[in-house]
Amino acid sequence: MVPTSFYIFLAALLFTIGAVAVLVRRNTLIIYMAVELMLNSANLAFVAFARQFGDISGQLFVFFVITIAAAEVAVGLALIVTIFHTKHSVDIDAMHELKG
Amino acid sequence: MVAYWIFALVSLLMVLAALVAVTNRNLVRATMGLVLVLFGNAVLFVLLEAYFLAVAQVIIYIGAIAILIVFAIMLTRHVGDAWGPAFHRAWAWAVVVAGGLAVGLLFWIAHWPAADGKAKSPVDPQYTKLLGKALVAPDGYVIPFEVASALLLAALIGAIYVAWGGRRVKGPYPQRSEEKEA
Amino acid sequence: MLWQYVPIAIMLVLSMGLAALIVALGHLVGPSRPTHRKMIPYESGMVPIGPGMRRQPIRFYRIAMLFLLFDIEVVFLLPWAVVSRKLGLFGFIEALIFIAILLVGYLYAWKGGALEWE
Repeated sequence: MVPTSFYIFLAALLFTIGAVAVLVRRNTLIIYMAVELMLNSANLAFVAFARQFGDISGQLFVFFVITIAAAEVAVGLALIVTIFHTKHSVDIDAMHELKG
Repeated sequence: MVAYWIFALVSLLMVLAALVAVTNRNLVRATMGLVLVLFGNAVLFVLLEAYFLAVAQVIIYIGAIAILIVFAIMLTRHVGDAWGPAFHRAWAWAVVVAGGLAVGLLFWIAHWPAADGKAKSPVDPQYTKLLGKALVAPDGYVIPFEVASALLLAALIGAIYVAWGGRRVKGPYPQRSEEKEA
Repeated sequence: MLWQYVPIAIMLVLSMGLAALIVALGHLVGPSRPTHRKMIPYESGMVPIGPGMRRQPIRFYRIAMLFLLFDIEVVFLLPWAVVSRKLGLFGFIEALIFIAILLVGYLYAWKGGALEWE
């Protein structure tokens, strides 16, 4: 039985990788994937805790997180594709219309 | 013992694949890295005895979300790629912030009192039934269950509205450049 | 509990090994006389049209998007289906509400013509 802290450690590592990528990369699609990465690391932590405490609620939370991630992907990617059609770029720095 | 080996192998693979996913300039390769991470997560779910979630992970994340990302990449690809630098110019600050985040997380984990406690695992043969009951039983997660449906409805309508060019879908489609060349 | 997965692991190793073996044998034993015509990507025997990574029509993307959302609906109904008999009328009505809400979205997609392939 692998201790819970191992899973949490892995989740923290993956979350940090995702966070760095969100802050650093300029391609919107990569930022998107990094967000998915962070959501997944949180899911991993949830499931690890669910086993640690023998409570199934953690797994249900993961279920809802997956749902929200999917809804977010459907709408967000549609937005990115639409923005690409007007801007011909998926560079995050090209989307600055709302900058004051 | 076997579980340790599987965990070590899968976690190493996941970290490497995550690094590929966020650093590679080829978007398709980055997506494949992401798929590997998602699959590794499913394997870890099995190790953690969350069998249903492992299946859901494969069905939703790999079966649908990854496909959607690949399609989005194919839609937003330039013919003559001129991306410029891959990294934002303020990357040094981002690394400092994220490094602080990592140190904080690891510090917290290291000092977490229950970190080394032996897990009491719910190895229940009725596992999926348990999950289903918790999901739809009156004293369980009924409201989130129904709200999830409303959320999916909102996402569906919003995504259709955006993807079909922000006007009512009825009638002749808004012609886009891809459709003309198809 | 992990021992249940041993057959899957064996199958994984065997299938990967077999695939590697076949490719390796083909490389080692078979004669290699490449011509231009042999080296072009295989497209069911046709001459390939355009580069493999050209931009796809947006229709595929839209269908994948609809698939994703209804995929989740199915995954939600799975754990419910396992216990539906035990939960009786309450669970049944609950699932009906769940499906009814999503049916609105389905009708929106259908009536709007989102399900048509032109």
